[in-house]
Amino acid sequence: MGPFFDVVVVGGGHAGAEAAAAAARCGARTLLLTHRLDALGEMSCNPAIGGVGKGHLVREVDALDGLMARAADAAGIHFKLLNRSKGPAVRGPRAQADRALYRTAIRALLEATPNLTIRPATVEGLERAPDGGIDAVLTADGARVRAGAVVVTAGTFLRGEIHLGPERRPAGRHGDPASLGLALSLAALGLPVRRLKTGTPPRLDGRTIDWAAVDPQPGDDPAEPLSWMTDRITGPQVACGITATTPRTHAIIRANLGRAPVHSGQIQGPGPRYCPSIEDKVVRFAERERHQIFLEPEGLDDPTVYPNGISTSLPRDVQEAVIASIPGLERARILRHGYAIEYDHLDPRALRPSLEVRSVPRLFLAGQVNGTTGYEEAAAQGLLAGVNAAHRAGGGTDPRVLLRTQAYAGVLVDDLTTQGVTEPYRMLTARAEHRLRLRADNATLRLTDTGIAWGCVGPERAARHRAFAAAVADALARARSDVSTPAALAASGLAVNQDGIPRSLLEVLSLPAATGPALDAAFPWLRDLAPGVRAQLEAEALYAPYLSRQAAEFAALEREERLPIPEGIDFAAIAGLSTEMRQRLDAARPATLGSAGRVPGVTPAALVALAGHLRRAGAPTR
Amino acid sequence: MDTLFAPATAPGRAAIAVLRLSGPATAAILAGLAGPLPPPRRASLRRLRHAGAVLDEALLLWFPGPASYTGEDAAELHLHGGPAVLAGVAEALVALGARPAEPGEFTRRAVLNGRMDLTAAEGVIDLIEAETTAQAQQALRLAGGGLHALVEGWSGRLASLLARQEALIEFEDEDLPGALDDTVAKALAALSAEIAARLDADAGAERVRDGLDIAILGAPNAGKSSLLNALVGREAAIVSARAGTTRDIVEARLILAGLPATLADTAGLREAGDEIEAEGVRRALHRGEGADLLLAVLPCDAPPDAATLALIARRPCLVVASKADLGPPRHPGALPVSARTGQGLDALRARLESEAAALAPASGAALLARPRHRAALGDTLRWLREAADAQLPELRADALREALRALGRLTGQVGAESILDRLFAEFCIGK
Repeated sequence: MGPFFDVVVVGGGHAGAEAAAAAARCGARTLLLTHRLDALGEMSCNPAIGGVGKGHLVREVDALDGLMARAADAAGIHFKLLNRSKGPAVRGPRAQADRALYRTAIRALLEATPNLTIRPATVEGLERAPDGGIDAVLTADGARVRAGAVVVTAGTFLRGEIHLGPERRPAGRHGDPASLGLALSLAALGLPVRRLKTGTPPRLDGRTIDWAAVDPQPGDDPAEPLSWMTDRITGPQVACGITATTPRTHAIIRANLGRAPVHSGQIQGPGPRYCPSIEDKVVRFAERERHQIFLEPEGLDDPTVYPNGISTSLPRDVQEAVIASIPGLERARILRHGYAIEYDHLDPRALRPSLEVRSVPRLFLAGQVNGTTGYEEAAAQGLLAGVNAAHRAGGGTDPRVLLRTQAYAGVLVDDLTTQGVTEPYRMLTARAEHRLRLRADNATLRLTDTGIAWGCVGPERAARHRAFAAAVADALARARSDVSTPAALAASGLAVNQDGIPRSLLEVLSLPAATGPALDAAFPWLRDLAPGVRAQLEAEALYAPYLSRQAAEFAALEREERLPIPEGIDFAAIAGLSTEMRQRLDAARPATLGSAGRVPGVTPAALVALAGHLRRAGAPTR
Repeated sequence: MDTLFAPATAPGRAAIAVLRLSGPATAAILAGLAGPLPPPRRASLRRLRHAGAVLDEALLLWFPGPASYTGEDAAELHLHGGPAVLAGVAEALVALGARPAEPGEFTRRAVLNGRMDLTAAEGVIDLIEAETTAQAQQALRLAGGGLHALVEGWSGRLASLLARQEALIEFEDEDLPGALDDTVAKALAALSAEIAARLDADAGAERVRDGLDIAILGAPNAGKSSLLNALVGREAAIVSARAGTTRDIVEARLILAGLPATLADTAGLREAGDEIEAEGVRRALHRGEGADLLLAVLPCDAPPDAATLALIARRPCLVVASKADLGPPRHPGALPVSARTGQGLDALRARLESEAAALAPASGAALLARPRHRAALGDTLRWLREAADAQLPELRADALREALRALGRLTGQVGAESILDRLFAEFCIGK
């Protein structure tokens, strides 16, 4: 028979850790299986967490009581708020973390999670029940673990192949074996598989870098924490450095292009456009004479430096010549060469919005295996898959979904499950059509109540959230009702249009002139607000005029997002849908009318036909 | 999906009648009616038979989908004209599984199958309803996707603008070109100017589509009805020597410089003798407000009346000195015309034609024929201006996105349902 767990999570990377912790927080008896305990929370690439768009995701994971932000705050050695000069909606918090400290923090958080058991084991197979669903996993040491639901977070381990110049070898992350048994087991499920590639730069020995020759880039002081639960960053902070490639670097690369696997045809899978290898940059932007490189220390006690911006799979000798051609790196020693990795991912259009595989009940997939890139994207999926797996194991059938109007995590899952991916998917703020509403600074106001309802938010955060939400609501209500005439405002030294129209404080706050001591003098109660509450007030005031104009459209969109398309709908039975439209909709199987509208190539006319069909009672199923 | 058929030519006796057929069963139905399918898109003469009887000797055209008007398998049957042949073939088609098409259904299928976008479909409706050459040309440009091409060009540029703006937001720490902000602002200004210019230039396109509206106003018994009859060449309005004969509005159609025009004769402007006439005067003035062109009539046999002079002072009018056979004009600049002798009629017609040409687009490239087109472009322009004024990059990006969405309404991206409904209700059978 073997032991039974409500939820079994396979893989201990960023998706797996969040999935296991979230399922356990929801009360499910959860087992996390990872091939190496010391690899829990491993940052296999760039040691940074957050950024524009990604920072939004981190704050959302945090608002649902996830681990990532708290671990990054504990392990962070360099913090920066990106887009500080722009509005709050697009500011993205980012932290560079000490990799060892980060692993330690994640492991400590997991070990402190009730209901969660962690075991080192390599999963070799998934066992199918008579209904086609998964009801047990088999490990390499011969154990059989029965499960109410299984979350697989296989990363890039599926048929992973590393390319380094002419060298190629099967592999997962550096130093880890590729996951063959699990790959075969997933392949046997008949899920659609595609190939992608990504790359990493050579790692340098920081002790051999001429730091005086590069521009220092200090972190923010004071540092802004990633987690809403962290009051202050207390760990030691370090500076990064900035250097750049030179015309000589580019000449070396051009002379050796034929030896680059991407250009020699050795690599087939498409790589990310937003993160090209240095050889790609040199070819595609031939007119540029320099490409910027950020030198990011990987840890306080670790000399390893990550040169961000020169990911490459050129042969070893070329990588050495390239590094030596860069100011400050002339004598830098390479600790590990860069490489490209090709791997299989599963077409995420095979998933429900709950991240459950449509054709395999009780199997959930999260993270890079779904075609995404980045720790933050993986963490957000992991958390949602964990919540849904726990819900499913408890007998729930309705998916626990965040809407696009509600969260970047909702945008992420909707994009994946309805559009699929053509390159490793990375979050960008431009993907969120409701960007002005989905700020990193209001994630808790947007999501924590939902998290409390789902059961994945602990009592400490819930209490803190409720107090904060009430304070913000009070401040907003007071700012709306605190109305002054232009004359009164002018008397307080606030320059407003003398048009005789009385304005609420919320309207006053949206004016560029409304800053400084005059504002506080005119509205002394503002001074008594907690800084976080005041920031919310100011951000709301800033965007209110724009958001109110789009309110009607926003409401219409939300209705479409909530109009469900029955799971078994037969698109062929809908009059007015062309064969092409049917095929596109069949491939994506959108869950709502809103999602259907975002399926690539679906025409407005097809949507009209679909909407009409949904409105008529009794949609046919097959 | 059903297979549809409908006559594509007007009903009645004619040398040939064309029946059109579209849908998945087209090939089977053709085979049942005429034997083996002819080569695609090649006219072949076939004998049509059904239930043992020969129905007609017809030209047959076979258009396998998706390269057909509707995007489905389709065919045309060129039959001998006459109701009996048509009825016989239609009966056979129904027996073979086809059904008569609803109004606009062929074009609806073309839109649904992505063979046409909404602007092109609107062009087809206008083409069928076009009365004049200028209208037909404009409709052809629409049906050929002229507006679509223009809008696609703009959305392409707007999308690239937005992409650049987004780059500034997403990738602040990459080294982007220093002047990116500036180039976005410049491209934005150029695009706004172009769209604004198109809106100005095409202000007359709606008039080409709907025709000119010309109202004749003047005192009672000034000779307005006689003028109308003389211009259209028939007795459209009742003429009598009694003042106040025309109480309601009498309309007649004529063609001016290739444009259709509606000429409206109205009740005379005066203190009304009774309630019915008062209502007539009120309607006359209302009609005058909405008209593209006003003809103010001042007869040569009486001093100019105050009401008409007030009208002339209020808005530009073409002043006609009617009953010119009875004396010289009493108003400076008035065009002397006599409906009785025909004097000055040619000159008046020439003046009307030049006014009509001035009101219709001079370029001949007008595309924005419907209020919906102008509204969507107007919205686009407002969002572009908003983007130009935006103080924060994310607000500028947001405004650019809205502009793109507004432009998308032109080729039918959002809110398409009600437009489609109205559009197809307006259709005649077949096309």
